[in-house]
Amino acid sequence: MLDNLSLLAQAPVLNIQLLLDGLFIGATFALAAYGLALVWGVMNVKNLCQGDMVILGGFITVTLAHNGIHPIFGLPVAIVALFVYGWIVYRLIICRVIERDLFTSLLATFGLAIVMAQSMNLIFGPEVTTADSGFETRTLFDGLVTVAEIKVVSLLLAATLATIVIVFMKRSRMGQAIRATAQDARAARVMGIDTDRVYQFTYALNAAICGAAGCLISMIWTIQPFFGITHSIRAFVIVTAAGFGNLFGVILAGFGLGFAEQYSGFVLGAQFQQATVVGLLVIVLVVRQIQQARHRRAVI
Amino acid sequence: MSQPVIEVNRVSKSFGGVVANHEISLEVPQGKITGLIGPNGSGKTTLFNSIVGYHPIDAGSIKFKGLEISELNVQKIARLGLVRTFQQTRIYGKLDCMQNMMISIPHRTAAWIDMFAKPSPKTQARAEQLLDFVGLYAKRRLLAGSLSFGQQKLLEFAMALMNEPEVLMLDEPTAGINPTLINGLIDRLRRANTEFGITMFIIEHNMRVIMNMADSIYCLAHGELLAHGSPEQIQNDQRVIDAYLGAH
Amino acid sequence: MSKSVKAGLLYACILILGIGAPLLFPDYTFQLALLWIMILFALTWDIAGGQMGYNSLGNILFFGAGMYICALTQVGLYYDIGAYTAASGAIKVDYTPQQYFTGLILGIALAAVGCVVLAAIFGRIVFGLRGPYFAIGTLGVALASAELIGTWGYVGAGGGISLPVYPGDPDARAMLFYGLCALAATGTFLFLRWLYGTSFGLALNAIRDDEEKAEAMGIHTTRYKTVAWAISGFFLGIVGAVFGNMTGFIEPLEVAFPTTTFGIFMVLMVLLGGKGTLWGPVIGAVLFHIVKEVTWTYLLGWQWITLGALIIVNVIFFQQGIVGWMREKWPERFGLVVDRRATISSQEES
Repeated sequence: MLDNLSLLAQAPVLNIQLLLDGLFIGATFALAAYGLALVWGVMNVKNLCQGDMVILGGFITVTLAHNGIHPIFGLPVAIVALFVYGWIVYRLIICRVIERDLFTSLLATFGLAIVMAQSMNLIFGPEVTTADSGFETRTLFDGLVTVAEIKVVSLLLAATLATIVIVFMKRSRMGQAIRATAQDARAARVMGIDTDRVYQFTYALNAAICGAAGCLISMIWTIQPFFGITHSIRAFVIVTAAGFGNLFGVILAGFGLGFAEQYSGFVLGAQFQQATVVGLLVIVLVVRQIQQARHRRAVI
Repeated sequence: MSQPVIEVNRVSKSFGGVVANHEISLEVPQGKITGLIGPNGSGKTTLFNSIVGYHPIDAGSIKFKGLEISELNVQKIARLGLVRTFQQTRIYGKLDCMQNMMISIPHRTAAWIDMFAKPSPKTQARAEQLLDFVGLYAKRRLLAGSLSFGQQKLLEFAMALMNEPEVLMLDEPTAGINPTLINGLIDRLRRANTEFGITMFIIEHNMRVIMNMADSIYCLAHGELLAHGSPEQIQNDQRVIDAYLGAH
Repeated sequence: MSKSVKAGLLYACILILGIGAPLLFPDYTFQLALLWIMILFALTWDIAGGQMGYNSLGNILFFGAGMYICALTQVGLYYDIGAYTAASGAIKVDYTPQQYFTGLILGIALAAVGCVVLAAIFGRIVFGLRGPYFAIGTLGVALASAELIGTWGYVGAGGGISLPVYPGDPDARAMLFYGLCALAATGTFLFLRWLYGTSFGLALNAIRDDEEKAEAMGIHTTRYKTVAWAISGFFLGIVGAVFGNMTGFIEPLEVAFPTTTFGIFMVLMVLLGGKGTLWGPVIGAVLFHIVKEVTWTYLLGWQWITLGALIIVNVIFFQQGIVGWMREKWPERFGLVVDRRATISSQEES
């Protein structure tokens, strides 16, 4: 562990590699977390199958890639497929738990997460897999730093998608309805907004965002049916750290988590990767609690 | 004039940019009934919340029996003997009335081992007596959540009495109660004051009630203390009338 | 027949079944022991989850912690733990019965105490979290402990630890651990039956119904919550220690901290039986375990999907559980009085 640390000090250029990789992977984390922030903020559903939707998007891309369709073209397919999937899941499950207490939605989506992970395990098999884009890998600094072109493409795609969603939320009628519902669902209903449709659309949109994130992750990293829970926890870490009303915070926290994982993976070893994510979750929650405790009583 | 039991000194509280309380000072004398009135949004409930430790205050000092309590949390303040009721009545809905009463015994001196004690017959008798006092004896085995709003309000009052407080802070005790029952409630509040010797600090919108009951009244408007005096003085104070009529 | 006689008969039947079952079906002793463990799981989860309204997804933490504390005690009494785990099973331990039982008893005791301490420490951290944060926080703590044990070489990391071999006949061994499981579960039940009759039970329910009100009334909420969690930890620690010895080999992910199997079974069994009741968790656990053991093998590959679907259906359509449903249907039998015309206030006039 100390050896790895001193290595970083001796060869500062390795930091660039870690930071770059953190940036690329963090962008996808931020994307999935933004989806969670959306459903959490608008409909108060803690979606524990967030990560499994990400993985599903990844598997769609991988399957298409095996059939000769380039992963980048898998992106729109994953988005549309997951949008429809989210729409159905809302009708079947979410619409029945949305008005209930918070643990209900948490547990119902946790059940769904188990179903999804196991189904993917049956359908796609338990192997760790990736979607090969066939792009070149460039080297910088005399081969000390490698950058796969697909990672740059993925970052650009993530940025484009995020921009589209943000513009959509600001400009479109549905986006405005979503934001109105998030602020006060009762008032929105009184003003003639069909909140049920808004919720349905929001959940489907979240699923689509997850699908996009999964597609990007399958191109630049690896997927496996049971990786979902870790992605879910990542999204929770990011949203809890940033707060769900804070888009800029979500992006920042996403990159932060990307860096943190890269560094802990390098310094402590790859087997600590999951421990890092979970550990960060606990730390973030504890810090939040200390912040609240500083007040005599949390103001509601 | 008797000793003040609550002393609020230049307390300020704002939420974001909105000033809810600005340098409010008031005193609640021991053994008396003190009223707190003011138009909607004048900061009455905020002041209550500040006193009972529900949120931190920005500036000022709050003393209970000479002890600074502005840094203490809700539970500690409650255990000192300063108990409040809520504007939106709060009871334990899935417990029956007697259970609601049993768990409301004073926790002031509770040691760790007391957590595992069974309620004593004395406690039960007292709970029944207090339920009888508020007229809920016949419903003592009903789930509190199945009571009507007015009955829940009475139950909450009985629970507060069960806690044997020195000061009881009531947030709109008559709101939502059937007008025909209000006289009965006023009578009970008075009796709680005289018979049990509980000091009362009451937020109330119903002028008839508060003018009838209170020994002295404070009036808030726009987060500031507007007037203080006996019910007659307040009733005839032009500033108070203006505040209620919306004039500035 | 009076009520107490009926209850006495019921307990006697259960007692006879408990003792007789492994004698009648000696091949299923392990499954039957597991049934007691499931009952204990459900009962302890219900303390915080049902009675107090704090839904934890991480109670399995104490199960695993108890298991490891006990195993390390048993090994550490007579060997060097580091060398033992480094050899990963190459060192064959041969304990005399006296050594073995000293280790086992001490290990179980330390597991129970250790888990109480752990509960007190983690209680400080997680009870500041409310609602969903609490559920996610406890899930995080459980997952993190599994990950950390999995990377800690001294305790065998992901490779796990083999426990000392029972010095004697395998049948006697099976009966011993069956007995310990049955004893632990029965003890938990009787303890909770007593506990819910005291002010403690009332305070837990008060916290569930309205924690803010409980605070405003001066109840030591943190104290109650911590003690409630410590009670869960105490019994889970004991049964974790016993289970570790029953399987003979422990490792962090599948045996000690199975968050997505045992950890979720706990919640599901309580929801199935009815949370916030004494008998609900027991009924839910028995039902779930029997159905699971009977159907699991026929659902090869599909069992987890079925489990997930069961959670969803249970949560959405049948959250009150069996006992909860019965209580709604026949409230009088549960000593509840429901005034059908309660909303019209007639008593109030007096």
